[in-house]
Amino acid sequence: MEEPAEYEIKPRTSFTPGIAELVQYRELFYFFTWRDIKVKYKQTVLGFAWTVLQPLLMMVLFTLFFSRAISPSAGALPYPVFVLSGLLPWMLFSSGLANAGNSMVANANMIKKIYFPRLILPISAVLVALFDMLMALPVFAGVLLFYGVAPGWQAVWCVPLALVLIVITTVGAGCLLSALTLKYRDFRYIIPFLIQILLFATPVIYPPGFVQQKWIAQLLMLNPMSGAVSLFRAMFHGQGVDAMHLALSGAMALLLLLAGVFYFRKTESYFADLA
Amino acid sequence: MKPALEVNHISKSFRLTHNAQPYLSLRDSLAGMFTRRSRASKEMFHALDDVSFAVERGEAVGIIGKNGAGKSTLLKILSKITPPNSGSVRVRGRIASLLEVGTGFHPELSGRENVYLNGAILGMSRAEINRNFDDIIDFSGTGKFADTPLKHFSSGMQLRLAFAVAAFLEPEIIVIDEVLAVGDAEFQQKCLGKMDDISRSGRTILFVSHNMAAVQSLCSKTILLSGGKVKSTGKTADVIAGYLNENLGSASSYEPNRAIQKPTGFTRIDLVKPPGTNGEPAVVRFTIHSDKACTTALDIRLQSYQGAPAAFGSLGTLQRDTLLQLHSGTQTAEVSIDMSRMANGLYALSADLTVPHKEYYDRADMAFYIENCLNPAQSGDEILLQEWNYGYYHLPVNLNTFK
Repeated sequence: MEEPAEYEIKPRTSFTPGIAELVQYRELFYFFTWRDIKVKYKQTVLGFAWTVLQPLLMMVLFTLFFSRAISPSAGALPYPVFVLSGLLPWMLFSSGLANAGNSMVANANMIKKIYFPRLILPISAVLVALFDMLMALPVFAGVLLFYGVAPGWQAVWCVPLALVLIVITTVGAGCLLSALTLKYRDFRYIIPFLIQILLFATPVIYPPGFVQQKWIAQLLMLNPMSGAVSLFRAMFHGQGVDAMHLALSGAMALLLLLAGVFYFRKTESYFADLA
Repeated sequence: MKPALEVNHISKSFRLTHNAQPYLSLRDSLAGMFTRRSRASKEMFHALDDVSFAVERGEAVGIIGKNGAGKSTLLKILSKITPPNSGSVRVRGRIASLLEVGTGFHPELSGRENVYLNGAILGMSRAEINRNFDDIIDFSGTGKFADTPLKHFSSGMQLRLAFAVAAFLEPEIIVIDEVLAVGDAEFQQKCLGKMDDISRSGRTILFVSHNMAAVQSLCSKTILLSGGKVKSTGKTADVIAGYLNENLGSASSYEPNRAIQKPTGFTRIDLVKPPGTNGEPAVVRFTIHSDKACTTALDIRLQSYQGAPAAFGSLGTLQRDTLLQLHSGTQTAEVSIDMSRMANGLYALSADLTVPHKEYYDRADMAFYIENCLNPAQSGDEILLQEWNYGYYHLPVNLNTFK
């Protein structure tokens, strides 16, 4: 008989991102994502319709209340298209973050009973949100058709790059918040509040130039979602995003990912004792 | 060949907080930053204290011990769920742990979907599950319901499905917590059989249980944990005998929980001595109080731990001349119960004080459990196990003629 693989269980001392293990358990990403999607659509009467209805209703609401005030500065785009093209990436972030933040507590039973790389849970939670967003894209296309607006050729790279940026941001923040939520249950109340605040710190319902005070505008640039939403919207002509802003958002997103994964991995081994 | 598992001086302690929940509140943490009191007042609980042992490849090892002896913590460390504070474990081979069956089962998903999900969580690849899917469903006996949501399964069916998935794991080392303590007898028997197959196929098994009979039938070697330390280790029969002897002093007992004492009734029942591994009888002491002198029968009933009546014995009911003559006041009756022909396993003891067909004085229902733990090594013959579901009493059979 050949000697089987040998490894050691001991107190953890140094930091590793644990990528080899994530690759080894890669099928779990699929299974957790698939489970959450299945369960979500089995438990609700309207099922998939929710994914589509939610951004549409928000679009209608924002249009009713803000189109008069914001429209002139939204450029050539009709305000409903403008706000929906902000809401779609925003909802990827907000529902991804909410799911991921709660993922450790929601799966506490599993954490206490079986080992698998814990990072799979928040990442899968973000993948569920990504799936929802992709499902909503046909409706977005319908709205574009309705208003007779067509995206430019640059959509081919803007949209995927924006999605990558959002996923990085959401995974980073999600890992951080899920580890914190497990340790301090207060974060269950903090996260929804945080998401609400961030909505106003991101150019979703207003265009980037809307904020007049220079220092506030500069501060908001640090929010990686501001670059991501602008980039997503850059699929339309006249909705550019400048390279500096994008680079800053990218750097912030990576920083958030590093910080999130680092904190997560640092506290991960004690999750079972806390859950 | 090197051992499959080498446990080297592992220790694990927990900080005892007096909160009900293990997690913290931000408020307490913030407050803790400004005050010094908290740190000193925290007590440490040593769940495991310098534990070392080795498990050879292909060996089936039982881990026994009382509640709080550190069994679960040890399993959690071996399963990588929680790290030790110090020491290390060297593992040679893929390890699968079953601390619970059906981890990750979701009630909204169908039986089929749950098999895939649970299999993946336990570490099976999709290809492995595909290959074994029909066998898993067969083994669980839930074939017709594969596409029904799990919430419509009975709890027994859920359990069977869960164990079936686990039974088809193909790791080199398998760590099992008392998953067999549940489920009907037939299925338990099937599970024990499967585990026997697993150990025969050369895989290493670590089995934690309170069920001495199951440990005895499955494991050649056993480790006894006590207070977080390895108390003894060696051949299963010896370790179990030592464990049962150690418990002699703290025999199980029962006191009726009632406000008004009956005119004639039990005030206390003690297990003085559990049945021995070589068939020595169990000794039970009944303390009986009576307001008046009277004659009574003392009935003793044993039930299997699934609740089925297993045996009946009496002083008085079956034989008039063994009736007890009570005097007024408190008295004790020490009774030996011969369990040497009964199946190995746990039995609940109940007792009644009656005058047959006339009067009913008192009843003690399921006072405590007595474990029958006969040692097959003594006689060289097989021992009847409760789990076999062949009945609880070893029926004497004699060959009269054979041509």
